[in-house]
Amino acid sequence: MALHFTKDDEAILAGHKGMGAKMALRIVAETARLMSAPRLIPIASAHIDGALYHGDSGTLFAEKLVEGEAKVAVRSTLNVGALDLMGCSKQRLPPHERDMAKRMMRAYEKMGCEPSWTCSPYQAGHRPALGSDVAWGESNAVVFCNSVLGARTNRYGDFLDIACAIAGRAPDYGLHRTENRRARFVIDVSGLSEQLRRADIFYPVLGTWFGLEMTNDIGVVDGLQGFPNEDNLKAFGAASASSGGVGLFHIAGVTPEAPTVEAALQGQKPEKVIRVTIDMVLGALKRLSNASSEAIDAIAIGSPHLSLDETHALLTLLNGRKVARPFFACTGRHVLRSIEADGTRSKLESLGITIVADTCVVVTPMLPEGGGVLMTNSGKFAHYATGNTGYTVQYGSLKDCVESAVSGHVIRDGGLWQ
Amino acid sequence: MKAHVLIAGEAQGEVLALSHPISFWGGVDPRTGDIIDARHPERGKNIAGKILALPGMIGSSSAAAVMLELIHAGKAPAALIMPEPDAILLLGVIVAHEMEWPNCPAFALDKNTQKSLQGKTIHIASDGEIKI
Repeated sequence: MALHFTKDDEAILAGHKGMGAKMALRIVAETARLMSAPRLIPIASAHIDGALYHGDSGTLFAEKLVEGEAKVAVRSTLNVGALDLMGCSKQRLPPHERDMAKRMMRAYEKMGCEPSWTCSPYQAGHRPALGSDVAWGESNAVVFCNSVLGARTNRYGDFLDIACAIAGRAPDYGLHRTENRRARFVIDVSGLSEQLRRADIFYPVLGTWFGLEMTNDIGVVDGLQGFPNEDNLKAFGAASASSGGVGLFHIAGVTPEAPTVEAALQGQKPEKVIRVTIDMVLGALKRLSNASSEAIDAIAIGSPHLSLDETHALLTLLNGRKVARPFFACTGRHVLRSIEADGTRSKLESLGITIVADTCVVVTPMLPEGGGVLMTNSGKFAHYATGNTGYTVQYGSLKDCVESAVSGHVIRDGGLWQ
Repeated sequence: MKAHVLIAGEAQGEVLALSHPISFWGGVDPRTGDIIDARHPERGKNIAGKILALPGMIGSSSAAAVMLELIHAGKAPAALIMPEPDAILLLGVIVAHEMEWPNCPAFALDKNTQKSLQGKTIHIASDGEIKI
């Protein structure tokens, strides 16, 4: 099947817009051929996950694009890099890696990407319109963009994200197409207590269960009408995209493509209806902790990056008490500006909190050396911490994390799960 | 036996057919080609120079970055065999072409056929024809 090119595409492929643009469009077109996409579609924006250093080859690729005078054709925000360029926190990268990681971050900025350096771009003012086609990377950003904003993106990986941003085009397949956005499963949570459905900690735990159950299938959750706020949806999506490969979920009466269960099913019958029990949720909760010790060595929150509300909640819960262990609160520049203006940053730092900007604790070496037990309220940190940092995990709510950080050992409010 | 060509090229080598899907990010050391995923049954084996047969892909979208790094380090497989095209992993190969680094041809072949080739030395022609 031959791919159809527009006149503009042909001009780019002939090199009329520079070697970088030509290279980017060739990468997009080759991917379209592999995935049997019949055409390329215009995109409204991109979120680029490719600027995180994994080795020198990625830096050389970005610099070759810059050398070819490539510029992004659409609004493009940047996901985290390997360094905190704001200087709030320190990373332990050896000199060569530090240099290459910095060169990589600068190369992406030179191509016209916004230096947002956050995995919550949707809370930093980047919210594409319902139904628009975009090319987003970073699994939590992808699932939020598809599910909560209702914009359409596949899971764009390294290199393809920036190539689409430069070309302004993406291959037309997968979640760009309406018929592929239909829920095939119904997940009924109405049997769980109202108290649980109202709790922040319920969402990453349910998201973990959902990811394990769905892998990368699409389900519509019923029974949450009127419960989750945006930070809850962010935590649910991030957890589901870590334990599984979820790129899109629907929540009836909450997310835009699911005014009703029937709408999310696009009028067809579900393949299966699953009634979620408290035991299923407890199974997922148990899975998030893998540490045997109740003594904790560090605490990390903010995956995805904390919203302004979440930083305020942290300050309120601390209630003037100092933490007894290193405590990392990861967020983006969009929140950093606000917490500097309203005094929250200095108050948090005076209580022993380390603010982390532009990066996070599981993508670059910054937790205290030697490993140990990490406590977190993030389903995503809980999933990746052990493999990426060597730390084992104790999982709890934000309140549990704060109480444990003040005392140095695990304190949990178990009442919610009775 | 004939495989469907995903990324054209010719390859010869011993087949390493993985018994489980793998995430390249966190699963393969980009500097050596060693399988490092603690839970993977083929942990400790090395994929460099092998004809690597993958029953499926899981996990992170950074697999492309690991694939490109393997090619750049000279530790890539001689070829990839997969049940269906995986846009993320193969992007590493597509980008390597743009960088004018070595190729890593890729072919589609179902899981059972993959298994039957484990440990054998094979030659895959650029049209996908396999000779044992």
